[in-house]
Amino acid sequence: MSDASALPVEVSAPRPAARRAGYWLVAVGGLMLAVMLIVTAFGPFIAPYNPAAISPDSLAGVSAQHWLGTDSIGRDVLSRLIIGGRTTLFITAVAVSLALAAGLVLGLVSGYMGGIVDQVVMRALDVVFAFPVFLLAIAVVAALGPTIPNLILTIAIVYTPILARVVRGPVLSVKRWDHVEAARSVGVSEFRLVVSHILPLVISPILVETSLTLANTIFTVTALSFLGLGPPPPDPNWGGMLAEARQFMELAPLTVIAPAAAIVFATLTFIVLANGLRDMLDVGGQR
Amino acid sequence: MTEPLLEVTGLTAEFVHRGQTIPALKGIGFTVAPGEAVGFVGESGCGKSVMARAIMRLAPEGSSVRLAGAVRFQGTDLMRRSEAEMRDIRGSRIAMVFQDPMTSLNPVMTIGAQMADMIRRHTGFSARQTRARVLELLDNVGIREPQRRADDYPHQFSGGMRQRVLIAIAVSCEPALLIADEPTTALDVTVQAQILRLLMRLREQHGMALMLISHDFGVIAGMVERVNVMYGGEIVESGDVEQIFAAPVHAYTRALLDAVPRLDAEGRQP
Repeated sequence: MSDASALPVEVSAPRPAARRAGYWLVAVGGLMLAVMLIVTAFGPFIAPYNPAAISPDSLAGVSAQHWLGTDSIGRDVLSRLIIGGRTTLFITAVAVSLALAAGLVLGLVSGYMGGIVDQVVMRALDVVFAFPVFLLAIAVVAALGPTIPNLILTIAIVYTPILARVVRGPVLSVKRWDHVEAARSVGVSEFRLVVSHILPLVISPILVETSLTLANTIFTVTALSFLGLGPPPPDPNWGGMLAEARQFMELAPLTVIAPAAAIVFATLTFIVLANGLRDMLDVGGQR
Repeated sequence: MTEPLLEVTGLTAEFVHRGQTIPALKGIGFTVAPGEAVGFVGESGCGKSVMARAIMRLAPEGSSVRLAGAVRFQGTDLMRRSEAEMRDIRGSRIAMVFQDPMTSLNPVMTIGAQMADMIRRHTGFSARQTRARVLELLDNVGIREPQRRADDYPHQFSGGMRQRVLIAIAVSCEPALLIADEPTTALDVTVQAQILRLLMRLREQHGMALMLISHDFGVIAGMVERVNVMYGGEIVESGDVEQIFAAPVHAYTRALLDAVPRLDAEGRQP
């Protein structure tokens, strides 16, 4: 008994370790994102060949001229990867921005107003939410045609309900906090209440979910392109490259591995970022 | 007698929840003269806070309240004003100080920005004038080094300091009426006295009327001339502070006074 009381007792709050890990993850994710953005931004200068240029040297392996070999009609895989990434990432970025904008507006309005407005908005989003992502995307693209704007619009629609829900949840609780009432009691307008007294307090989960949505969207974009619902050839994109190379994957495995690796890298970037942000910002949820 | 600043008659409030109504105020009436300090005492749940909000036509957060009656303020019935007109009145002519200074400030905005927000809302001040006004107000409520402190966030202030900031926000447009809803309940006893003194000083400075709401007779006693005792959504007794202390008429007032342990009382140990 006396022994036990003599022991030094160490007490620490459990959170900081997770937070430190979060900083590291965000740093790694940020670095990966930076690499991706630089390659994307300067793609035309970095790419060694015109991505559409055909050469007789088809299905070639790794060489000094073609670092990642060539595809079935002799186009440089590395160049197509770089330029194709621009298309895939552009679609992803624009689609998620639209979904985020729509999700923010719907989530804030729905959560803040409550009552009938909330019911109507959330039930409408439930209808969209109820469809499997791919089924809806395939249906819309099939109906409207496989163009880049249609693809963007489709993906934005599909992901809006997810983001709107993530926004709405914390708004429901933050709108009841004392400082909101205090601000209302000095005549602050409803719009200002929402924008400067509620939104900044719910931003953390939104950041995390947006990052996850980016990862999911890259996957969705490439999958749809793989199915032939992406931007039409000959412009390269990662999903399309996979689809074209599929038949030759035994002859030239790099033609499949390269775009697959790019997709994994891009998806992983946002997943790492999302996990890091979640730990760093202390957003609840499963680890 | 002069025209009252605030004249409340037959004010009722009912909480509406899933089709049911629960009465919170059962027709209360009182007046506040310009520059006068009036106290409201009563136990938790007697309707004090609902009344404070009802005057400004606000509902306690997360609830829906149905109001009726008349609230004449500066010659106009607030119950008949539009919501937009009420927003102009709130903060500029009637302001409120809340119970919990720890949670009543936006945690992600500097206090200077929060004050500026509110000042610009009600005045045509330029950014520079607003800043000057913010610093002047902070100085006036006893925040040292306002120049530097204005750019601090609420978590960098202690509870007492935050309440000072909230009071500065409330009086920034020199309202004619300040409603203080349990302004010292969440504070240390030593800080309570400072905050109460500050409220009294500002009242004299600006000649504003003060409605001081508290469950604590001790807080009320030294601050106001007249007091209203509330119980179950009604005002059960009202009158001069000293008179009520000396000779409470209503049984509830007596019970409320007896509920406070007294140091000078003789006899039984609790």
